Amino acid sequence: MTNSAEDPGRPKLELTDIRKNYGAVEAVRGVSLAVESGQVVAIIGPSGCGKSTLLRCINHLEEPTAGKVRLGDQEIDYSHKKGLPRGRALARFRGRFGMVFQQFDLFAHKTVLENVTIGQTVVQRKPRQEAEKVAREFLDRVGLAGMESRLPRELSGGQQQRVAMARALALSPEVLLFDEVTSALDPELVGEVLEVMQTLAREGSTMIVVTHEMAFARDVADKVIFMDQGQIEIEGSAQEVMVAPTNPRLKSFLARFHGNGGQGSP
Amino acid sequence: MYNWDFMTVVIGYEAWWLKGLLVTLAYASGTVLGGLIIGVICGMGLLANRWWLTGPIHLYVEIFRCTPVLVQIVWFFFALPIIIGIDLPAWLAAGIGLTLYMGCFATEIFRGGIISIDKGQWQASRAIGMTYLEMMRHIILPQAFRRMIPPFVNQSVIQFKNTALLYVVAVPDMMYTGYLVVADTYRPLEVYSGVAVAYFILLYPLTQWGKRLEARRDQ
Repeated sequence: MTNSAEDPGRPKLELTDIRKNYGAVEAVRGVSLAVESGQVVAIIGPSGCGKSTLLRCINHLEEPTAGKVRLGDQEIDYSHKKGLPRGRALARFRGRFGMVFQQFDLFAHKTVLENVTIGQTVVQRKPRQEAEKVAREFLDRVGLAGMESRLPRELSGGQQQRVAMARALALSPEVLLFDEVTSALDPELVGEVLEVMQTLAREGSTMIVVTHEMAFARDVADKVIFMDQGQIEIEGSAQEVMVAPTNPRLKSFLARFHGNGGQGSP
Repeated sequence: MYNWDFMTVVIGYEAWWLKGLLVTLAYASGTVLGGLIIGVICGMGLLANRWWLTGPIHLYVEIFRCTPVLVQIVWFFFALPIIIGIDLPAWLAAGIGLTLYMGCFATEIFRGGIISIDKGQWQASRAIGMTYLEMMRHIILPQAFRRMIPPFVNQSVIQFKNTALLYVVAVPDMMYTGYLVVADTYRPLEVYSGVAVAYFILLYPLTQWGKRLEARRDQ
């Protein structure tokens, strides 16, 4: 890990030649990507193309086999295994990202309010009262005021996913990572979750969104990435990538979503 | 018609019986507690994923799981002293055997409880920046403990009954006391029936408690 003065000209987040192998399987095969502050990047692609693995490599939920990840002034170079941050340093690096998962993964034994406060009190060492105040604000923002004392299992999928967003947001992350956050939801609950994400994007959050919601990618993302077989196949504006695709693999991928992609945003 | 006579096996033997009861209770609680401590330590060791830790722990667990506890008690009393050259008193040899026996099951219960926690709980804790210890303390262990309690209560009930095996090395628990009283009074029917009832009275509430915990977990 190296520290250097923050360069205002550099992108907020930069991935350089990220690779991830599982034994002989190459899940991610050399991905480089720059994300500017406030930018929304959507990653689309067929299942198994490595997009979720790539996302999990960014905040070290998976350790990349090689490559570099730089967030702000902190860079991790995975080609030097000995210099990798461990323990608390690694945990704190991770804490600079906020992540929302497909299966929500709320802490099952904690109430909604506790789910949103625990990161603040344990990781950020905030006093409980302050943490609860912040938690209530974010729960209100995702439309869940009044649900504070419920347990996750008492909520609908859409509500759980919104709690998961509040949990991530309450830690004021610098970059938000969304891993197919609507894929496990009943169709009628997808809208409420996308709506929150749209608001976040409008308010200037830096977001990387792995998604199958083509309309969302098209309407909200500043940059769309099409991944195939562990690599970035196409990268460009939503207009370039999704509206007038020329790449045959991208075309056939998008064709399967036409019903979905053709309708406006939710 | 058999002439029941419980008075003969009780009157004059009150102090024996009381001692037997206390010895049984002491071994049951002591070896369960010791086993629990072993279980937490070895269970943690198994999770650490280091071969030099997991190898010996697996070996220990399998040896004690796959041999009868009666053989273990006898071995610790008669065989171990030959190897280490020190005579172990019966109470200690039997205590070690029973504790290690409980420990191997507690290890499995502990490990099983922790790995039963959904992997989403682990990744979510790590994603919000928790260290391993913070994650264990706040997220994983509180949920895992709830799942460990019912199997642990069940194993404790079994362990309680296993203390009756102490009698083979002449530790004066309830069972051995019964044996002594029979030798004195020639009344095995009253004595062994009484001993059986005593175990039942001690254990029935424990099994019922275990059932209730099990039911609560299913909710």
